[in-house]
Amino acid sequence: MQSVINIGISDLNVASPPGVLATYALGSCVGICLHDRTHNIGGLAHIMLPDSREASNASENLRRYADTGLAELIETMKGKGASLSCMTAKIAGGAQMFQTQLKTFNIGERNVEAVKKLLYNYRIRLIAEDTGSNYGRTVFFDVATGVMQVKSVTKGIVNL
Amino acid sequence: MAYKNIDELNPMHVDVLTELGNIGTGNAATSLASFMGREVDINVPNVRILGFNEIAEYVGGPENIVMGMLIKIDGDINGMILYVFDNDFIENVMNVFFGKKFSSFEELDEMEKSAFCEIGNIMASSYVNALSSMTGLFINISIPSLCIDMAGAILSVPSIEFARVGNKVLFIDDSFGFGGSSDKVKSNMILVPEMDSLNKLFEKLGVM
Repeated sequence: MQSVINIGISDLNVASPPGVLATYALGSCVGICLHDRTHNIGGLAHIMLPDSREASNASENLRRYADTGLAELIETMKGKGASLSCMTAKIAGGAQMFQTQLKTFNIGERNVEAVKKLLYNYRIRLIAEDTGSNYGRTVFFDVATGVMQVKSVTKGIVNL
Repeated sequence: MAYKNIDELNPMHVDVLTELGNIGTGNAATSLASFMGREVDINVPNVRILGFNEIAEYVGGPENIVMGMLIKIDGDINGMILYVFDNDFIENVMNVFFGKKFSSFEELDEMEKSAFCEIGNIMASSYVNALSSMTGLFINISIPSLCIDMAGAILSVPSIEFARVGNKVLFIDDSFGFGGSSDKVKSNMILVPEMDSLNKLFEKLGVM
């Protein structure tokens, strides 16, 4: 029996098998799934914005930003016994829901770029992504298999 | 005094925003009624201050498929107007304009979608006109953009705007529907002003 752990907007959580981490309806937000296969630990963060340094009162909720959210996710996983060198990443989201959102303010794209850059700096390998375009995505991350299932209205179910 | 966070607002501010919403929606509804040749009911607007995870619940949960439409506003006031049309509304529009029944979102063609954009455009213009003449502020609106997708993903657009300044979203929620409709769920027109613009509004209206 799999237990599904729901992760809200600007939140994160970690799990061990048979846990499944889920986050619903990612628009411009990005869902970051980290997996340490060796130690059997997975984590998922649902971030909204690329950079905590751009915010006036970032300290209110650090899980909102790519930089601080990812840092906390890594630390939480380490606390459960995971090691940074064993982690791989899969990401989803970062869409642009409406065309009127001007290109320069395309927060989805900026979120994805920020996450990729951060992962690179941590030397975490990005092994799969389903990002960009203009549709919402729901993510189920199965910690036992490391499969990230992405559900959307237009594309149906995609397993990555 | 300039407010940095929506938590600092008091009941008086909420009353002012409700009144603004009321006048705006009244105008928008009048336009819609004459455009459609149907009676339009409006409710007293609600000024809602919600956490990011609570918003989608208002339109049936994060994965509920809805038709959303976004119009950016700029000028003296920055923010957005977001519509979430309910099925009853969509059915009525389809009926009046195209003499068709509405069965599913997939079947809507480009022409039909653009009819919804036009309705959004007309309603937003009247809404903003009312706001503008009342406050003397200059307000511009963008071309509407339509999106049929999960409610959570659509509503994350205003959330992200507010995520820069806090943990909550403020919006003026105006619901409307066609007269005599039995459906309790109404369409929503949501005005989401940015924090700086809220301060400007209050200042202009003499509310401190």
